Order: sequence, then structure tokens, then C-alpha cells
Amino acid sequence: MAKQQPAVSLRGISKSFGRVQANNNVDLDIYRGEILALLGENGSGKTTLMNMLSGIYFPDSGHIEIDGKPVSIGSPKDAFNHGIGMIHQHFKLVNVFTATENILLGLNQKGKFDLVAAAQKVKDICDAYGFNVDPNQKVYDMSVSQKQTVEIVKLLYRGAEILILDEPTAVLTPQETDKLFAVLRNMRDDGKAIIIITHKLAEVKDISDRVVVLRKGEYVGEMTTAEATPQQMTNMMVGRQVSLNIERPEPEMKYRMERIRVKNVTVKSREGITKLDDVSFSIYTGEILGIAGISGSGQKELLEAIAGLQPVESGSIEYNVDDHQVEELIGMDPLKIAEMGVVLSFVPEDRLGMGLVGSMDLTDNMMLRSFRKGLSPLTDRREPRHLAELVVDELEVSTPSVTTPVSKLSGGNVQKVLVGREIAAAPTVLLSAYAVRGLDVNSSYIIYDLLNRQKGNGVAVVYVGEDLDVLLELCDRILVMCEGKVSGIVDGRTTTKNEVGLLMTKLGGGEA
Amino acid sequence: MVHIVKRKEMPLPRAFAIRAGIIALALVMCGIVTMFMTGLNPIDVYATMFKGSFGSSRKIWILLQEIALLLCVSLALTPAFRMKFWNLGGEGQVLAGALAAAACMICLGNSMPGAALIAVMFLASIAAGALWAAIPAFFKAKFNTNETLFTLMMNYVATQLVAYYTIVWENPKGSGTIGIINQKTQNGWLPIVGGNKYLLIVIVAVLLAVFMYVYLNYSKQGYEISVVGESPSTARYVGIKVSRVIVRTLIVSGAICGLTGFLLVSGSAHTLTTALAGGRGFTAVMVAWLAKFNPFIMFGSSFLLEFMESGGREISTIYGLNQSFGNILTGIILFFIIGTDFFLTYKVVFSKKEGKENA
Repeated sequence: MAKQQPAVSLRGISKSFGRVQANNNVDLDIYRGEILALLGENGSGKTTLMNMLSGIYFPDSGHIEIDGKPVSIGSPKDAFNHGIGMIHQHFKLVNVFTATENILLGLNQKGKFDLVAAAQKVKDICDAYGFNVDPNQKVYDMSVSQKQTVEIVKLLYRGAEILILDEPTAVLTPQETDKLFAVLRNMRDDGKAIIIITHKLAEVKDISDRVVVLRKGEYVGEMTTAEATPQQMTNMMVGRQVSLNIERPEPEMKYRMERIRVKNVTVKSREGITKLDDVSFSIYTGEILGIAGISGSGQKELLEAIAGLQPVESGSIEYNVDDHQVEELIGMDPLKIAEMGVVLSFVPEDRLGMGLVGSMDLTDNMMLRSFRKGLSPLTDRREPRHLAELVVDELEVSTPSVTTPVSKLSGGNVQKVLVGREIAAAPTVLLSAYAVRGLDVNSSYIIYDLLNRQKGNGVAVVYVGEDLDVLLELCDRILVMCEGKVSGIVDGRTTTKNEVGLLMTKLGGGEA
Repeated sequence: MVHIVKRKEMPLPRAFAIRAGIIALALVMCGIVTMFMTGLNPIDVYATMFKGSFGSSRKIWILLQEIALLLCVSLALTPAFRMKFWNLGGEGQVLAGALAAAACMICLGNSMPGAALIAVMFLASIAAGALWAAIPAFFKAKFNTNETLFTLMMNYVATQLVAYYTIVWENPKGSGTIGIINQKTQNGWLPIVGGNKYLLIVIVAVLLAVFMYVYLNYSKQGYEISVVGESPSTARYVGIKVSRVIVRTLIVSGAICGLTGFLLVSGSAHTLTTALAGGRGFTAVMVAWLAKFNPFIMFGSSFLLEFMESGGREISTIYGLNQSFGNILTGIILFFIIGTDFFLTYKVVFSKKEGKENA
């Protein structure tokens, strides 16, 4: 690539939140006609940096140049005026509006409000880049991938020249990801500058031209994608050599037994929408059962139904204590399940909203499940404190002390605290939802290792995941969900990404 | 352009110094306002306020009793607030307790020995206060009604009930008041402890504060309250029955309000009026928030508010100002105290429009 004028230059950007230095003296150039992947562990400051470019935050020091001219971006509107647009992980669309209406929203054009002309323009943009959007379709009728497309078209409609995408593939199937990437390449060839934030190295390799790595808020280096291997990228991200292989020990067949049998379970939301439709499967001891599916396909309801948190319309969930004793879990709340002697651990998706209490310290969070022990009306914090210290030690939780509120910890450390507590109960069943979501490479591998150790101990482990590469490497069997139904159960050792991807989007398929 | 930036954590001594400085600043501000609005020498005004509160041992004891009563209501609201249940019905719960106590005194006053009567009054007040808080709690737990409105409206119901019984028990007829209940027999009056008629209420308040501190921070129920307050879904996840905790906590909250009503009727006023609670149910909200729900810091915040109240009363009589002037000064001081918190967590950064910040 010739040394052209950068579209955007960040020079010496620093930003801190209280004691936390999110970015420190970052320099970054972004060129037209290239896709730049921004890589870094959690808390390395990628999103903060991009938020400063898109006007959500304002840097403490340093400056931003666009086409060589210094600018000040104080609001998202300023960013728009400079042609910068960002697509966030959570879409900001009005459900009852059509695609076109959403795109025009907040534009405040002068003159007559001409929806027809606007729809035509939207269509032109779609045709030019290969988007597949009906301008008159309502947002509530759209799939996640279509909504994302609307967000992108919205930016292009407003003349965005510099597009930032924050983990755009987290919500997409492999097939949808391919489509998105094709469109991004078209936009690049059209001379736009594109920045993509992602954790998935395979995607970085696939889509980007150049990789910039941040670590602990600082710029550590950059590579031309074509010349870099995932191993090199990881090492640069983490700052040392890490192993990228996920182990998958063979399940111990000798003691293998069916631990939980889910039979014809149907769950409806409070609004009467069917969330789980006639779901049946079994979980065995000493295996990791993966659950794949587009987010919102019923994974959350399924785990919560087993954990006693979700009312069930019909069906049964049987827990086999041993060959002779069977307990029904439906109709039980978590306390009753525990009182039956069933040690069922659950790592929910929403860690701080459900698994932990953010404002409480590590010790108090450790006793969430055990505080009732004993007859005294007062709590005993000695054991929880020991447990907290143990978890901090064994899982290398980085925290100032066990009296720090967990909300002050980074995502990975919060997850270690939660998983640590759930495993400490010596469970027979371990349910985990998106256990590594938002975690950096290093923390993710610690979690995989913990799950494998539980499997080795004969625990029935359920792993709801979104990264298919990981599911395929870690799980013994993979259950694929689609719109609340089980669309297939495949063998993790023999299946392919393509097979799982197809099952995620349509029903039917083979049983393993 | 102006940006608001979060501060790095501040060392405690420095934060403390800033708070002290702010209070001094607030006093200076009050002095300036006093000078401009009344033409009086602010030093004299402060001295008068001080004398109004601490001028004689009787004044000191009255101040202490007022602090104690306000503290009781604040402590009552605290468990509910920790649970993020905004109980604004302290006023009504106190009145409900007071009504129950007065009813016992009037209806059972001549048929029971004093000690037994006091015990019955005590229990009746607690039950009445608890009931008054449990009703909105039940509806919150079952139907997720808005507790702020519900508890507020319960205040009016309580006030009207008291107004009704004031006429029923009118004494002497035609006075429109109940008058001092059992003035001759003093049946149902709390005994004087340690030779001082104010001491008992103060002791009760201190014991209550210790109890509440332990209850909230070291008991299992207190732990459940914190979990429910912070995250109801986490509470459900670990098997805490959220609706039960809500009702139970409000019973505790209302019971202590009812107890305060009992103390007011039996230990201090010996009568019942619609104004008996005296706005404590609302002032207590402020006391609890200022202390960030810490029972021991509430001693300080209720002292501040009661001191300003009695001092304000004194300057209004001595200088012929009206009572509102004391409220103006209280307002200025509160404004400064609350403002401090903002400046302790954030700082304001000014920068030029073109973003050319000097490094």
C-alpha cells in the first residue's frame, strides 16, 4: 500500500476513568480502502478508543486529525459531520419503524419529508454494496443480521466514510458472517476506511488487511494480516507465548450414566411467546454437552428451566441421583433443588445481573449460596472469606483484595469469581451460559481448563457457547437450537462448522 | 467545552478535609445570606442558634430527645431503603402506631395495671405500624405496584383516621382535641428513667441504632435485604424468596415506625394529634440518605437537622424573623453537603473548542 494520507490519525490519545487508565498515549492511523482489525484482550481499551473517535467519550489528552486537519469530536453528531460512524454491539433501532424510517430518524433534513425518495436511495446503497434489505420492512420482522445491515446502511446513507464495527459477528451465524464480510470488502474497495473490533482470530485473518494490537490501553504494535499467524497475534495481545489448543479428553465411559433427562419441555414467556418448543435431550456424567444456536434461540430459558428459575408449561426434567432414585426438577425453585441434595451449579449469562451482586465484595458474593448455613441468625463470613482467598489464589483473579466490590473487577476476573464459586460447591451438574463471552484469550483458556477438570471429575457439564470454533474443539456432543427447538444433536469430534451453522438456521437434520 | 471527568480515588484524609472545608464554606455562605436578608451580624445569629439548642440543660435534653425520635424513624426506613423499596410512608406508620397506643390508653386505661397496659400499648403500636407498611409491601410483592405512591397515600389514610378519632375521643367536649390522656392516673405513661424524663427515649434510639447496624450488616436477613435491593434476579437465582423478603422487611420497617409512635404518645406528648408525627417521616428520608444508610452516621445527620430546627426556632423568636429563615439556612447547608459528593467523585475539565489540549 502506498504511503497515502491517513483518513484518521489519533495522536497521543489518553483517557482514564477514575483510577483506571483505559488508553495511554495511543497513536493510530487509519487509511481509506483498508480494513483494520483492532485486537486486544479485554480491558485493553479497544472500545474506549473507538468511542472517542465516535464522540461518545472525549479524550483526556491527545488529538485527532481527519485528512490531516485537527478536529475536536465532542459528540456523536460531530463524529457524523466528519464522516465517522460506529455500529455498536447493541442495535439502536425503533422496532415498529421500517428500515427506511429508522435510517431517516434523527436526520432533521430541511424541506419536505420524502419517504419514497429516501427508500429509493436506501435501495441504491443496498444494490451498490450487495446488502439484502427491504427498505419497507419493519424492524420487528427482521433477523439480527438484517437489523445489523440496517445499522450499516444507516451510516452509509448519512455519508459515513469511516466505519467502526464493535464485535459485529458475535450475533451472526457463520453463513451470515460470510455475507457481512463480503459487503465489508465491497465497501473497502469503494474507498471507505473500516475498523473492526473482534476477538475471533480466524475472522481477523479472513477479513482484515492490517492488525493493530492494544494491550493494557497502549499501542503495542501492528502487522500486515497476510504475514501474521493467529499464534503471533495472540502472543502480541497477551504479551507472552500462549498455547492455542483446547484439550478434549475422552469421557470416562466406565461410570458414564444419564444424569439429567429433559423430556418434551415447552416454555412460554410471560407474553405467551413460545421460547422452548417440545425440547428433549439427555445430559451424561463426565461429558461436556455444547449448546449452539443464534442467541435468543431458547438457550437461556433451557438452562433456567433446569436450574428451577423458569416456569415450564409442560414436559419433565428428571434428575437421576443414581440408578434407582429419580427426582423431578420441574416445579422446584433453586432452594428446593439444593435441599433435595442435588448440587446443581449454574453460571448464568448475565454475571453481574444474576450470578453475582456487583456492589458486594468477593467474600459476600462467595456466600450467596451458602449464607443460610447454620442456625444462628447472624452470618458467618469466615468460610466465605477463605473460599474467596482460595479462588483468588487458584484462578489468578487480579483484585486488590477480597473486600473489593466485584463490579470494580474486569470481565474476566468477574467470571473467574463466579465460576470459582459455582465449582467450589462440588456440583454434579454444571450449567454455563456464554462462559467466555467478553473474556480475553488467557482467561478463556483458564475457563476451558476448569470445565475440562469438572468433566474429568464426572460432572455433567453444559456449555452454551457462541464461538463455533470453540464449541467444536471443546465439546463431546453439541446440541443445536433454532427458534426454541432442538434442530439436531451432533458429535463434537466429527461434525463440521458448516453442518452446525446450517442446523442453527433451519430445523431438521441428523441425530448423533 | 466543558467535560465532566471521573476522579481518581481520593485518599480519606483529603476527602475528610474537603468535607470540613465545605461545611465551613456553607456557614460563611449562610452568614452572607443572613447579612443581606436581615442586616444582622451573622456571628450573633450563630451564637443565638447555638444558645437555642444548648442554652440550658433542659434545651440540650429536648434537643437530644428530638434527635432520638428522628433517628428512630430514620432507622425504621433504612432496611426498606437498603432494599431499594422507597418507603415514604414513615409519617403514616408513626401515626398508625400512635393511634394504636392512644386507643389502648383511652379504652383500657382504667381496666389494667400500668405495666400491663404499657406492654399492650407497645405491642399494639408495633403491630399497627407493621400493618401500615405491610399493605403496600404486599401489593409491591404480588403486583409490583409503585411503593412510593402507595406508601405516600397510606399517610393520608392514617392522618384521616387520627382526625376521626380525635373527634370520637374529644376531651373536653368541644375542644377539638384529645387533650392529655390519663392526666391524673398517668396510666400508660412511660416511667421516668434515671430521674430524667427524656432519657428513656434517647436510650431506646441508641439501642435501636446498634440493633439496626448489626441487623443490616451481620444478620442473614440483612444480607438477604442487600441482595434483593441490588439485584432481585440474583436473589431468585440463589433461592431467596423475593416477595417474602419484601414483606418481612417492611414489617420490620413499619414496626419501628409504630414503636416511634408509641414513644411519642406514651413517652413524650401523652396525647394524639394529626400533626404528632411532625413531618419526621419525611425528614427521616433525608437523614437516611445523608448518612448513606449507615445507622451510626445517622446520629450526625439527625443532629444536624434537629440543631438547625431548634436554632432556627430560636433566631425567629429572638430576632422576630419567621421560621422559614431557619429553613433557608438548612437548605444552604444541605445544598453544600450534597454538592460535595459530586465534586469528590467528578471533576470538571474545561477545554477549548478545537480540542487543542495542552499535554
